[in-house]
Amino acid sequence: MSRKAKKRLGRVVLYLLVILIVIVTVAPFAWMVISSLSTKQELLQKPLHWLPQHPTLENYKAMLHGTSGKTTDAAAQFLSSFKNSLTVTAIVTVISLAVGLIAAYSFSRFKFRGHDTLMNSILFTQMIPAVAIIIPMYSILSNMGLLNTKAGLVITYLSFVLPYMIWLMKGYIDGIPTDLEEAAMVDGCSRIRSFFIIVLPVAATGLAATIIFAFILSWNEFFFALNFTSTAVSKTLPVLLTDFSSKFGANYIMACTAGVLASLPPVLIALIFQRFIISGLSQGAVKG
Amino acid sequence: MDANKKPRINKGNPSNGGKLPIALITPSMLIIFGVLIFPIVYSLILSFNNLVLKDNTLEWVGLKNYIDMFADANWRFSVKQTLIFTVISVFCEIVIGVAIALVLNKEFKGRGFVRGIMILPWALPGVVNAIMWKWIFNANYGAFNALMTQLGFIDKYQAWLATPRSAFICVLVANIWKETPYVVLLTIAALANIDKGLYEAASIDGAGGWKSFWTITLPLIKPVLLILLITKTIWALQTYDLVYLMTAGGPMGYTEFLTYMIQKTSFKYLKWGYGSAMAFTLSIICFIMTIIYIKVFMGDDGSKRSSRRKKGGNV
Repeated sequence: MSRKAKKRLGRVVLYLLVILIVIVTVAPFAWMVISSLSTKQELLQKPLHWLPQHPTLENYKAMLHGTSGKTTDAAAQFLSSFKNSLTVTAIVTVISLAVGLIAAYSFSRFKFRGHDTLMNSILFTQMIPAVAIIIPMYSILSNMGLLNTKAGLVITYLSFVLPYMIWLMKGYIDGIPTDLEEAAMVDGCSRIRSFFIIVLPVAATGLAATIIFAFILSWNEFFFALNFTSTAVSKTLPVLLTDFSSKFGANYIMACTAGVLASLPPVLIALIFQRFIISGLSQGAVKG
Repeated sequence: MDANKKPRINKGNPSNGGKLPIALITPSMLIIFGVLIFPIVYSLILSFNNLVLKDNTLEWVGLKNYIDMFADANWRFSVKQTLIFTVISVFCEIVIGVAIALVLNKEFKGRGFVRGIMILPWALPGVVNAIMWKWIFNANYGAFNALMTQLGFIDKYQAWLATPRSAFICVLVANIWKETPYVVLLTIAALANIDKGLYEAASIDGAGGWKSFWTITLPLIKPVLLILLITKTIWALQTYDLVYLMTAGGPMGYTEFLTYMIQKTSFKYLKWGYGSAMAFTLSIICFIMTIIYIKVFMGDDGSKRSSRRKKGGNV
C-alpha cells in the first residue's frame, strides 16, 4: 500500500515539475504576445492585470499599415524590413544549399588529397567568433560598395551558414549506404544521374532539416546586420526591432508587436518541423 | 561511433573520381576562403596596425595594440565579466537542461507537446529575446516588478537593470532561458539512445535512481555534454544582442562583455587595429576553451576521436 502511495506521490511531483517547466518556458513569450494585444492604458495600470480586459489588434494594424503616433518611422519600415529579411534569408539558403550539397557529397564519397585537413578546417571555422571577422568584412564590403545592400549581407551570412550546412549534409550523406549507387553505376548509370535519383531522394529529410537551420540562422542574425545595414533598402527585421526600443523613445507595445511578428516565421517553422530539427540537432552534434 | 558501418565507396581510390571531387568542393572552398579565411588573416594583420582616419590608411605599430590591451583596465574588467558570465551561463544551462531532460524523459500525458514547446526559445530571434526581457524587467511597468509586488516579495517597483549586480543577473536569466532548451533537446535525443536494459540490470543489483544516473546515464551522455559545453561556451563568450539592447554594457561596465566592447571600439571609436587585436584574442580564448574541454573530458585517447566530432553548430 505504502508503495502505491509513494508511486502516486511520484506522479504528482512529476506533473508539478512538468507544469513548472511549461510555465517557465512559455510565460515570457506569452507576456510579449499579451502586451502586443493590449492597449497602452491597460498595460501601464498598477496593479497590473495579467489578462487584458479589452484585447485589441490595433497594434498589429498600425504595424502593418505603418501609422502609429510616435513610431511612424519604424512602423513604416516594417514591411520593407520583413521583405529584406526574407530576401536575404532565401538567397543565403539557396546558395549554401546548392554549393554546400555538392561539396558535402564530395567529402562524403571521395577520398582525395587534403580531404581530412579541409574537413577539419571547416569544423575549425565554426569556432571563429563573428566579431573576429566583422572588421575585415566591413572593410571588404565597403571597398566593394556593398555596405547597406542585401548582397553584402548575403555574402557575410555565407560565412556561418555554408560551413554548418556542409557539415550537416555530409553527415546525412554518410548515412546513406553506397550499395545502391554502386549497383546503379554498374548498370551504366552515370554518377550525376545516380546522385539525383538515389542520393537526393534518400537525403531529402536531412536536406529539409538543413534548410530549416539555414533559414533560422540567417533570419535571426543581428550582429552583422546591425553594423552593415542602416538604410531602409537593406535593414533586416532584427535591426528594425532595435528602433522600436531605442531610437524613437522606448515604445514597448510596438516593440512587442514587431517582436511577435518577427518571431512568427522561425517559431512556426520550428514548431511545424520539430521532428526534422531534433534529428538534425543530434545529427549535427553527435555524428561525424 | 559507427566507424565500421560508414560507407567506404571509392575511398583510397582517387582515380575513380578523377578531378570531380575537387571540382565539387571548389565553389564552397572559394566562398569559405573569401568570407572566413581571408578576413581572419586580414584581421590579424589589422591588429598590428592603426587605422589613420584622415587618409584611411594603415600604419604599422607592431605589438602596440596587444600591449595596450593588456594594460587596459577596462579590457581586463571586460574579460573578467565575460568569463564570469560564460561560466555561470554554461553551468546553469547544462545542469538545468539535463534536469529538465530527465523529467521530460519520463512517461506522462502530453509529453510530445511539452517537448515541442522546448523549441520555442531556441527558435526565437536573439533580438526579440532581448526586447522581451527588457520589457519584463522594466523599472516602471515591467511584469517582473508586478509579479514580485503581487506576491509580496517587494514593496515597490525596482529598477532591475540599473544596478550592476541585478542587471548582470537579468542578462544571465535572459540568456539561460534562451539557451537551455537546446541542451534539453540534445540531451533527450541522447537519453533515447540508452539501452533500457541497463537500468533494469542496475535496479536488480539494487542501484537507486540517483546511483544509476551517475553510473549509467551520465557516462553515456558525456559525449553530448562535451559538445554542449564547447558550443555553449563559445556562444556565451560572444554574447552581444542581450547586452546591446538590455543594458548597453552598463551599469558601470558590468555587462560590457568582450564582443560589445570590441564592436564599440571598432565602430564607434573607429580604432580598428585595437578592435582587431581584442577580437583576435577572443578567437584564441575560444580556441583554447575548446582544447581544454576536449582534453579534460575525453582524456588522452579520446582527444583524437572528439576532435573529429566536436561540431555542434552555433544555433
